[in-house]
Amino acid sequence: MIVDIEKLSVDYSGIKALDEISFGITEGDFLGIIGPNGAGKSTLFRCMLGLHTGYDGTIKFFDKNIHESKKYLSHIGYVPQKPVIDKNFPATIREILAMSQHSNDPKKIDDALQKVWMHELADRRIGDLSVGQQQRVFIAKALVNSPKILVLDEPVTGIDMYNQDLFFQILGDLNKKEKISIIWSSHDLDAVERLANKVACLNKTLFFHGISEDFFSDEEMMKKYSETSMQMHMHHH
Amino acid sequence: MVFEFLSDQSVQYALISGIAIALFCSTVGLFLVLRKFALFGDALAHTAFGGVAFGLFIGVYPLWAAYIVSILGALGLTKLRQRFDISGDAAVAILLTSGIAVGIILFSIIDVDDHQLDDEHDIKQLNGIENIEESHGEESHGEESHGEESHGEESHGEESHGEESHGEESHGEESHGEHDMDDFRDMKHAHDMEEFLFGSILQITQENVITILILCVIILIILRIIYKKLLYATFSEEQAKVSGIPVEKINYLLIGMSGVAAVTSMQLVGVLLVSALFVIPNVSAMLYGRSFKQTITLSTSFSLFSVVMGIIIAIPFEIEPSGCIVLFAIAILIASLIIKSTGIVKTAGFSSKTV
Repeated sequence: MIVDIEKLSVDYSGIKALDEISFGITEGDFLGIIGPNGAGKSTLFRCMLGLHTGYDGTIKFFDKNIHESKKYLSHIGYVPQKPVIDKNFPATIREILAMSQHSNDPKKIDDALQKVWMHELADRRIGDLSVGQQQRVFIAKALVNSPKILVLDEPVTGIDMYNQDLFFQILGDLNKKEKISIIWSSHDLDAVERLANKVACLNKTLFFHGISEDFFSDEEMMKKYSETSMQMHMHHH
Repeated sequence: MVFEFLSDQSVQYALISGIAIALFCSTVGLFLVLRKFALFGDALAHTAFGGVAFGLFIGVYPLWAAYIVSILGALGLTKLRQRFDISGDAAVAILLTSGIAVGIILFSIIDVDDHQLDDEHDIKQLNGIENIEESHGEESHGEESHGEESHGEESHGEESHGEESHGEESHGEESHGEHDMDDFRDMKHAHDMEEFLFGSILQITQENVITILILCVIILIILRIIYKKLLYATFSEEQAKVSGIPVEKINYLLIGMSGVAAVTSMQLVGVLLVSALFVIPNVSAMLYGRSFKQTITLSTSFSLFSVVMGIIIAIPFEIEPSGCIVLFAIAILIASLIIKSTGIVKTAGFSSKTV
């Protein structure tokens, strides 16, 4: 088990964002975390990444409680939800990768860019790229430190279909060829069904965690998910 | 010779310190501009103005007081900002106005008394006052002896009349002298304020130059060491945190360096124009720079050019160097904007490489 979450609860001013979530991830897993808006996916990620520390329960990465040390972060590559990039930020793609690199190895930068098919644009300014291209750069940025786990928070929101397909292909390759474990939150059930081998279905509580096929073949479960999503959708409006 | 003035030591000091200030202000300023915190330098300088007044008030060397007050003020406000979620521009406004308010009040109640005149810096500035005081002393001394002489010639009625009238004269001069001193204190008061508001590059002493050079080296070394982390935290605080970068510490370090840069550059361009050195060369450079390294190189070049040209042009024409420096920076910006709009040179955003 490379990630072990036990009874994780988060409370924002009396409102439960997460309620006693428990699940684990084994090496090589491609875990799709699904759930409607406001289900607590981003909160879960913020807790896992050490950005939110006011939670109950325990989160362990590589058998160590993340409260004790932040060293686990060096093994994690993080791709944020649609990055907000200042168009005028005067850094090239190569510089963006270099600043996040723990070592100073230009070859690793080239390799990471090759993996996301962005090596030809290495000297372009990040602000000149499309959102889809920027997200590929963020995967490369996450890869530059040879991570064991890749964490992606709804990474394809607002990206065109062509770039979404490229993105999914890259993720599939990274998981199968590079043996990188992936934790990925998404709204796109089709993509999750296609790519993930495990699924965690979240709506403040975890109402399913297991093999992807089991979830998608269980009609009752799918119905329950649709109803919850609809309820959340109505609630938001 | 046209450039004969360059052999003047005060001009040389001005140029050396100006170059050092241009270097670190533009580099520190680039990070502030990218963080949408362009006016932070301005706020720091205004706080420093309060610090200068505070230093004069408590009898501490004003610049040291300014360093401490502006850095502590900025760090304190940053902490408050995080705690109470105050927006960046509001924080700048709070820092800026409170610094000026404290400065104005303290300057208005500061009286130029003896312990302040002992201050080495003030003595240099206040040579005029001392000369007047001396001449005032000499005058009264002269009158005294004159009085004594008159006194010695008591037997002459005319003289005693003269003595009387002289006594009146002497009294009249005394009150005139007091009036002079008051004027003079007002002048000194106004002069001090003006100096901090508009800069006093030609008043820079050898000790000032050494201090500025040391600060410049320290700031550039720190920037070199934390460059990658600072750039990452500037690009995305959240992602930098996830990469394990101590973002808060890096931010505090940037605030500290900005404080030092603002107070130091205050001597060059004054409180009112400090942010020009932080912002204008960087905005111009960002129009051309296709990479961060290119942008920072251009920014320091523009900044150096503005400072050197500003000083070289201002002195022979007897105009204010601070204004001249800023106008050179503005001229570069306007030229850059024209070049960008006409497309004469391929500026950033128009990269020739394609997908």
